[in-house]
Amino acid sequence: MTSSVQPVTKPTREKSRGIFTALPAAIWLAIFFVLPLLIVFIMSFMSTGRGGRAVMPLTIENYVDVFDRFISVVQRSLWIGLLTTLVCLLVGYPLAFFISTRKSAGMRNLSLFLIILPFWTNFLVRTYALQTILGNDGTINGFLQSIGLISEPIAFLNTPEAVIIGLVYGFLPFMVLPIYASVERFDFRYVEAAHDLGANDLWAFIRIVFPMTLPGVIAGFILVFIPAIGTFVTSDLLGGTRGLMIGNLIQQQFRNNQPLGSALSIVLMGMVMIALLIYIRYGDQENS
Amino acid sequence: MNRKLILLNLSIVLLFVLGTTVLAQDATEEAAAEAGAAWTCPDGFQGQELSFYNWATYVAEDTIPNFEAACGVTVLVTNFGSNEEMLDTLRAENKGYDVIVPSDYTVSIMRAEGLLEPLDKTNIPNIANVSPGLLDRAFDPGNEYSIPYQWGTVGVGYDVNAVAEVLGEGVELTSWEQIFNYPERRVAWLDDGRILIGTALVYLGFDPNTENMDELQQAVDFLIEAGQKNVVALAPDNGQELLATDQVDVVIEYNGDIFQVADACAADAAACGTEYAYTIPQEGGNVWIDNMAIPVGAPNKALAEVFINYILDPQVGADISNYTLYASPNQASIDGGLIDPAYLESTAIYPDAEAMTSLFNLVGFTENFEVEQAYNDAWTDIKIALGQ
Amino acid sequence: MADQALGSRSAGGQAIEFDQGKIRRDMLIRRIGKIGLLINPIFAYFFLWAPIIVLVVFSFNAGRNVFVWQGFSVQWYTNIFNNTIQAGTEAANFNTQQILNAVGNTIVVGIAATIISTALGTLVALGLVRGRFPGKKALDAILYLPVVIPEIAQGVSLLVFFGILFDYAESVSGSRVSYGLGTIVIGHVVFCMSYVAIVVRARLADMNPRLEEAARDLGANEWQTFWRVTFPLILPGVVAGALLAFTISLDDFVVTFFVQGVGTSTLPILVYSMLKRRVPPEINAISTLMLLVSTILVGVSLAMQGRNAAKRT
Repeated sequence: MTSSVQPVTKPTREKSRGIFTALPAAIWLAIFFVLPLLIVFIMSFMSTGRGGRAVMPLTIENYVDVFDRFISVVQRSLWIGLLTTLVCLLVGYPLAFFISTRKSAGMRNLSLFLIILPFWTNFLVRTYALQTILGNDGTINGFLQSIGLISEPIAFLNTPEAVIIGLVYGFLPFMVLPIYASVERFDFRYVEAAHDLGANDLWAFIRIVFPMTLPGVIAGFILVFIPAIGTFVTSDLLGGTRGLMIGNLIQQQFRNNQPLGSALSIVLMGMVMIALLIYIRYGDQENS
Repeated sequence: MNRKLILLNLSIVLLFVLGTTVLAQDATEEAAAEAGAAWTCPDGFQGQELSFYNWATYVAEDTIPNFEAACGVTVLVTNFGSNEEMLDTLRAENKGYDVIVPSDYTVSIMRAEGLLEPLDKTNIPNIANVSPGLLDRAFDPGNEYSIPYQWGTVGVGYDVNAVAEVLGEGVELTSWEQIFNYPERRVAWLDDGRILIGTALVYLGFDPNTENMDELQQAVDFLIEAGQKNVVALAPDNGQELLATDQVDVVIEYNGDIFQVADACAADAAACGTEYAYTIPQEGGNVWIDNMAIPVGAPNKALAEVFINYILDPQVGADISNYTLYASPNQASIDGGLIDPAYLESTAIYPDAEAMTSLFNLVGFTENFEVEQAYNDAWTDIKIALGQ
Repeated sequence: MADQALGSRSAGGQAIEFDQGKIRRDMLIRRIGKIGLLINPIFAYFFLWAPIIVLVVFSFNAGRNVFVWQGFSVQWYTNIFNNTIQAGTEAANFNTQQILNAVGNTIVVGIAATIISTALGTLVALGLVRGRFPGKKALDAILYLPVVIPEIAQGVSLLVFFGILFDYAESVSGSRVSYGLGTIVIGHVVFCMSYVAIVVRARLADMNPRLEEAARDLGANEWQTFWRVTFPLILPGVVAGALLAFTISLDDFVVTFFVQGVGTSTLPILVYSMLKRRVPPEINAISTLMLLVSTILVGVSLAMQGRNAAKRT
């Protein structure tokens, strides 16, 4: 990372220039973002009192609970998050490649627009649309039954797979856009050079194209993985008993056991932070 | 006997029959007219707001609009899906609710925790309409804090055709065993720990309100084993929708919710393509009384009492029961013939004395909140285990 | 160079050796790649659009069934505006007033959150790009966090925070404030502000600082420099940021879900509660209208960005 190459700004009159314009936002964030998270952090180490409220003494019991009773849900969330990201990558990479290799600018913009537009529709509405399609008397089952491929409807809803489909549907654009930005910037003369050196398309892709667009892939990974792992609406509406995720537990526990809900939130944020650190370590090379 | 006598006798009988019928008709009409006198709102509430925190699909279509029109007020309706959800919300903070509808055992918990306002019954004269058998119950002696809203049971709603297909034609659902061992993974449970665990406890031969942790654990283990086999979803008071959208064959739900979709389906049988039925398995199910109460911190207690009085009006109460298909606690509505007789005769809505003996009440653990916490934790454990 | 896609370039160049087998294999790989590059987008676009098309089409269905086509009708649209819902069905969950309230709340929250977050976000972007002050790095990092921290964590932490705040306020003043539109706006501003700051910052980074220097050299004071030079130059970025903030606020469900009060449901909250019940056919019509509104908003913002791009060159 060589972002420090920027010319050093000329010394200015005041020592802390700009602080007053930054101050209102800083105060807002301190009170309504940092402080609440700190409270949750402290609560996660407290005991549970009547009505699920946090009381003294301090304990690490909640974290023991998270990694003991709730470990299967934590694992499932990670698993669903990773699978969602992987499917997004498999679908999104070729798609981004397709868009950025359209010859006319108009065509490129149109194909990009068609990716982004559904994503500007309300998330709940899109999930509902998916529900109508995946349902037992939904479009897919109706179609398969009418062509005689199946006699009984396939139960798509109330499965972890339905959650993954819902999440991929919701977050695919987050994968496509950063990869598109990377591919767009890619200089295809490298591929020509590789061909000249005898590499075929596959080899050129593995050795040249993919590594050089990796920052986009990693950015997409983060943008999909973080919201996917923390979801509670998609799993609530599509998942049934086997789609229970950490987000659903947080929502439930915050009603009847706030310290435990807090510990679950902190663990979720921990997982997100690890993903972010990976990003900062490996993905942020675009800026250099 | 000579013919004259026979004729005389006959005419007397005829007269008698006719007379009583006419008289009875008069009485009914009178009662109906009396009850039908539209409820009038006391003055002085124009422009005010009332916030009603209620179960979903639990008022008639015009209940709220009529009240708004009569009093010139605005009613904000918010729904909850379980007693626990409502209770936890109010424990954290009364966000501004004026009237809530807790079930019996939850009333006792809220009473013990000081979450309810005592009712001023001089503002609620219609309490006289409530069936005496439903008043002065152990969960609220003297009805100091609550007045019954509707009552009903938790049993099994099912898709008749689908169940026939799976279990065989003509097989009736009579036991919880058939539900817990249903061979297809197309079952949904009510997302309500107390009710489900209580049902399992009864099925296993224990007290549904046990404070014995061993028995609780056995019920949990049983539910996990059963649920892992066939439960696809835990439904927070919307199991009837899972049934109606063909996501499940069998659902443990409140009776009225099932009747609501069953009636809608019967009304348009061609589009529906099946029929739904409700049963309470022979081992017994939960019977509950939902009550109107005013939570502490209610912004508009005066209007809340007016609203409770309004709901207890014979016509208003009857409209609600005729729509929600739960049992009415309003004796005046029943006596006044305002409730659809078909519903009054249905033992699925008004269980007979014999069926009543198999039903169980839930009791709030007001002394010992660790027990309540243990039930909460048990339900969470069940949810997690069902996901595996 | 975009036209020199993997698949479209002619083979070989000046390859020295001609191994028939290798060439055949390479051509096969190319063909597979080409086919894949064609099938994948077809599948992906179908996947993205099919549910929405189904939704829009069925909003014009004559029957109540949201799955089976029963003829064309606009009754669900007229129902929304006329409140003539058929009796005896699920209408208890649905009335026009409720929807209008929710739309009103959504717009009020959206506008308030947009104004506050645009002001704060623009100012903090200016401070961060042009300023030097202690704690700048930390602020920079924290500013991005609301974008990446899971929404549910933000939602529950705000819920707990406001609970404590209200308890404290009551013990001090004796009167009770509660959750409502205010708490929703506060929650929305937190993350909207970050998005605004990111967009405005990108614009500021593109801007030549010499223009401001020149203005100052010509005698303009800080205030004049800002309003006459800096602000007009970053205005497109500010507008784009504001539009982004507005759409994100309109769309937000999770944070709103936790900090909402009584009767302050926004449209996403209302849609969610409907999805939990029997879905009234009107919901397809509402969704289609929402889609229309977002399409218009996107169109406007794209047009703005188009103008920006044109200006920049």
